[in-house]
Amino acid sequence: MTTLTELLPWDKVQIARNPQRPRTLDYIRVLCEDFFELRGDRHHGDDQALVCGISKIDGRSVAIIGHQKGSDTKENVRRNFGSPHPEGYRKALRVMEHAKKFNMPILTLIDTAGAHPSMAAEERGQAEAIARNLLVMADLPVPIIATVIGEGGSGGALAIGVADRLLMLEHAVYSVASPEASAAILWRDSSKASEAAKAMKITAQDLHSFGIADLIIPEPEGGAHMDVPAIVHAVGNALREQISTLSALTLDQLLDQRYAKYRAIGRFRQAQTEIVEA
Amino acid sequence: MTVEVHDLKDFFRRAPLPFTSSRREQQIPDNVWTKCANCGELTYQKQFNDALKVCPKCGYHSRISSREWIEILADADSFVEHDADLQGIDILGFVSPKDNYEAKLAATSERTGTNDVVMSGSASLEGLPFEIAACNFDFMGGSMGSVFGEKVARTVERAADRGVPVLTINASGGARMHEGIFALMQMAKVSVALTRLARVRQPHISLLVDPCYGGVSASYASVADIILAEPGANIGFAGRRVIEQTIRQKLPPHFQTAEFFLEHGMIDAVVPRSDMRATIGRLLRLYERTTSSADHREHVVAGHQ
Ligand SMILES: [Zn+2]
Repeated sequence: MTTLTELLPWDKVQIARNPQRPRTLDYIRVLCEDFFELRGDRHHGDDQALVCGISKIDGRSVAIIGHQKGSDTKENVRRNFGSPHPEGYRKALRVMEHAKKFNMPILTLIDTAGAHPSMAAEERGQAEAIARNLLVMADLPVPIIATVIGEGGSGGALAIGVADRLLMLEHAVYSVASPEASAAILWRDSSKASEAAKAMKITAQDLHSFGIADLIIPEPEGGAHMDVPAIVHAVGNALREQISTLSALTLDQLLDQRYAKYRAIGRFRQAQTEIVEA
Repeated sequence: MTVEVHDLKDFFRRAPLPFTSSRREQQIPDNVWTKCANCGELTYQKQFNDALKVCPKCGYHSRISSREWIEILADADSFVEHDADLQGIDILGFVSPKDNYEAKLAATSERTGTNDVVMSGSASLEGLPFEIAACNFDFMGGSMGSVFGEKVARTVERAADRGVPVLTINASGGARMHEGIFALMQMAKVSVALTRLARVRQPHISLLVDPCYGGVSASYASVADIILAEPGANIGFAGRRVIEQTIRQKLPPHFQTAEFFLEHGMIDAVVPRSDMRATIGRLLRLYERTTSSADHREHVVAGHQ
């Protein structure tokens, strides 16, 4: 581990959002032998906030779905800062069904502040689009591995995040709402984002301690952007290992384990007995 | 709004127990007036209750509690509550001067007489059995945390085991912030449970009532086999204020209403409260026929062998 593990949660949020941090396409360019992008949801449009496609890793066909933030203002406008509209989630759904048909493991890369809030998104059913993906991923008969490479924001992240394994980069964060939104909801003060980042327990280390993240991938000294080839290599190794582990399971084992994984998340008390799950 | 009943706590702690409408009627005095939150019309309490808390002048549907929904929809004495003893705990260590989660939970339980948002159990409507999970928006804004997710997931699994339909009545501001990532993951938890219901080919009927947003709207409530909504209910993924701040303009009043989502193809019907019982009864019968004919075929095959 690096000295950066001493960072505060809010510092990690800044690292996770660093414009120099490697994005979905940076991983795809190096890890994938031949990436063919699949575009459009076949209903409304092609949402560039999500990149989807098929590829090979170590000779094995895989489907890839990832949020894509831009590296400059122009690209950020085109990619809507990595915040998808319903057509983005429906494109992802199309690629999931594609992976099912051709028996390809699915790799998802999570990096979004959240699903886009707008009139257009509501009219086209943002809630339904997210909900549909959760339901389909719940029993999709292929291995699914989700990796939070930067920022995992709310339902907009989970919509490509119901998986057999959840991996997180060392300085990635994953939360029910962005620290700014959490502070606004809890304390009606979005300027208290750094306090919210701490209170909400959003770091990879927090999620790993809760049993929600299965594995933390260590980052290079100073963060992923300080040595892009090294982090891409580390993510590639972790994904290869998970693909081979999950591919060894029977379909029943895979789906039973996925059911048990999500069914157990939650902590509550029942009739004086404290149940500690997850 | 209206006179609320807060002293049923002891009754609801003794679950499971048959639910009788006479209990509630005993405790609401009829000789009071209630003022419509929409148009200000004053209505005699008894008349307002008989109209299921819908304003006789403007048709505004007042928010009602989960137990009132169960009274409206379940056959008399048919409701048996389950899992009433589940209680939230402070998972994240959420103690700040402004916001102490355990204290808030205790105070809200004290005030509402229930442990969390969802009331769930087994019931029948016109003799047809179903499982129900209904939200009480009055409990911390209907927010979804571990107890909420667990109760809905158990309801769905119980329905799958019994081979009966599920009715969910959904009113929620979204995920419960105090439970952080655990709250978000309840969306996935209920989704995996629903795969079991699909396997036994029993329907999930979702009723969206005012207001239904965020994590509930963006999970099981929006992907039911049938989706109904009450007239004028506000429904959506993102709240109006969030969208207005993002686009920097005021939204039209019609935006994000039940009628708006009917026009945009997201729900099956907008049903007034006075028709809700009959409508859900119709649906249960329509699906029941499918089930019994499939059973019938199996019996015929078995008998032949
Ligand atoms: Zn009125």
